Amino acid sequence: MAARPGRARRLARPLLFVACALPLAWLMARAFGLTGAGLGANPIDELMDRLGEWGLRLLIATLCVTPLATTLRKPWIMGLRRMLGLFAFTYLCVHFLTWLVLDQWFDLDAIGADLVKRPYITVGFTAFALLVPLAITSTAGWMRRLGPRWHRLHRLVYPAAILGVTHFWWQVKADWREPAVYAVLLAGLLAWRVRRARQRTPSTRTAVATR
Amino acid sequence: MKTPRPPRIPESEITPPEQYFNRREIMAGLAGGILATGAAAASDTARLKHWKNPRFSIADPPNSREDITTYNNFYEFGTDKADPARLGGRFRPQPWSVRIAGEAEVTGDFTLEDILKPHALEERIYRLRCVEAWSMVVPWVGLPLADILKRFRPTSRAKYVAFKTVLRPEEMPGQRIPVLRWPYVEGLRMDEAMHPLTILAVGLYGEVLPNQNGAPLRLVVPWKYGFKSIKSIVEIRFTERQPPTSWNISAPQEYGFYANVNPAVDHPRWSQARERRIGGGVFAPRVPTLPFNGYAEQVAALYAGMDLRKQF
Repeated sequence: MAARPGRARRLARPLLFVACALPLAWLMARAFGLTGAGLGANPIDELMDRLGEWGLRLLIATLCVTPLATTLRKPWIMGLRRMLGLFAFTYLCVHFLTWLVLDQWFDLDAIGADLVKRPYITVGFTAFALLVPLAITSTAGWMRRLGPRWHRLHRLVYPAAILGVTHFWWQVKADWREPAVYAVLLAGLLAWRVRRARQRTPSTRTAVATR
Repeated sequence: MKTPRPPRIPESEITPPEQYFNRREIMAGLAGGILATGAAAASDTARLKHWKNPRFSIADPPNSREDITTYNNFYEFGTDKADPARLGGRFRPQPWSVRIAGEAEVTGDFTLEDILKPHALEERIYRLRCVEAWSMVVPWVGLPLADILKRFRPTSRAKYVAFKTVLRPEEMPGQRIPVLRWPYVEGLRMDEAMHPLTILAVGLYGEVLPNQNGAPLRLVVPWKYGFKSIKSIVEIRFTERQPPTSWNISAPQEYGFYANVNPAVDHPRWSQARERRIGGGVFAPRVPTLPFNGYAEQVAALYAGMDLRKQF
């Protein structure tokens, strides 16, 4: 590492891209019968569950970027954040579309009733809705155009992540272990940010300009 | 269709239990027994001698054996619906005995063979509706629970029947995690237990019940959500008071004692109005859920005068 400082940096992006795309590729291969596995007896639920799960994992991974770059003092890690975030959005977008099309079959009455009556659907839908403007404004052009407002806008990722974990938590019947892991991780990541915001004075500001 | 009444068996026709439970006879009977016990231990595809009962079977095509045996809830093996098939292999359903206890004239421990021996097994194709809003059609092999319960002569104090699942954390990895209070317990009101639709199943698709589906002995109550149909039963107890039930203990505001399939009463967190019939693939829309899972004609009378919103 010390001898070739640029290597990790050069490889990180393509490796991360492949890693992020793999679960989706595997899921699609199963969906189209390209593997022996298939999607099992309940393919729609399997698609929704796996897509939602990976979307949430990637969203939490996205929130790990800033703390990692800061504590490791490797600003280049920040360059991976957009890709992670867009992958999270991609999974959640397909998750949402699977629900809308395959699960509900565009049954607008049922969808409307669920959105109002089922808190887990309400919060899940809200989380997704919050992520849409973030995905749209993720380009360099939008960052430039929005200037300092871009950072303020993109703080929506915090409520979106909280609602995402809640969305998972509220569907569980008895086994809360997996959503509990995400809740703990998210709480830690948010606590890190709160602490940093409190500590932040000109003298302690790190070299990594992050948020 | 008229509501079928539980058959009334005259006292004279009831074989004294001493005769049923004669040890030597049982051992002899096992040689050509109903259950191919040895074969069942060796493989899970032992055929069961049975007749097909069209009176209590629905016309819908059953789900594939693959779907029924790879997608189900049996938290004793894990909370994922693939876990029972994946992790059920270490479970040993033979030999098996069931304790009969409580308000009955005949109580004690009986081997599975003792319990099954006097009865003819029958196939019943039932709908199964999970509380999670998916459903299947399953060809069970079993016998009416009433036929078995009557042999133990429940007393007039027996108002309910309580069931208990085996507790073997060393064979059931899910029991090492306290997601529910183990062992799993369930219960029925006496008239529900005696209803001709209520069966004890020992098989599936004409073969011995696979471990993941509740081997060797499970309850099937087709008009109730699947969690009422307790698996791998080791105790049947006649009680005067309503017995505790596992999901009700876990979340009383979400799961009641009755748990009758009811599209008009939603789960607090999700709708019960529609269900996904397993096996329809990716483009199968949800279908409406029927009151009492389609068995309203036969069972609605059991709940006459009850507020099913409160007694859910």
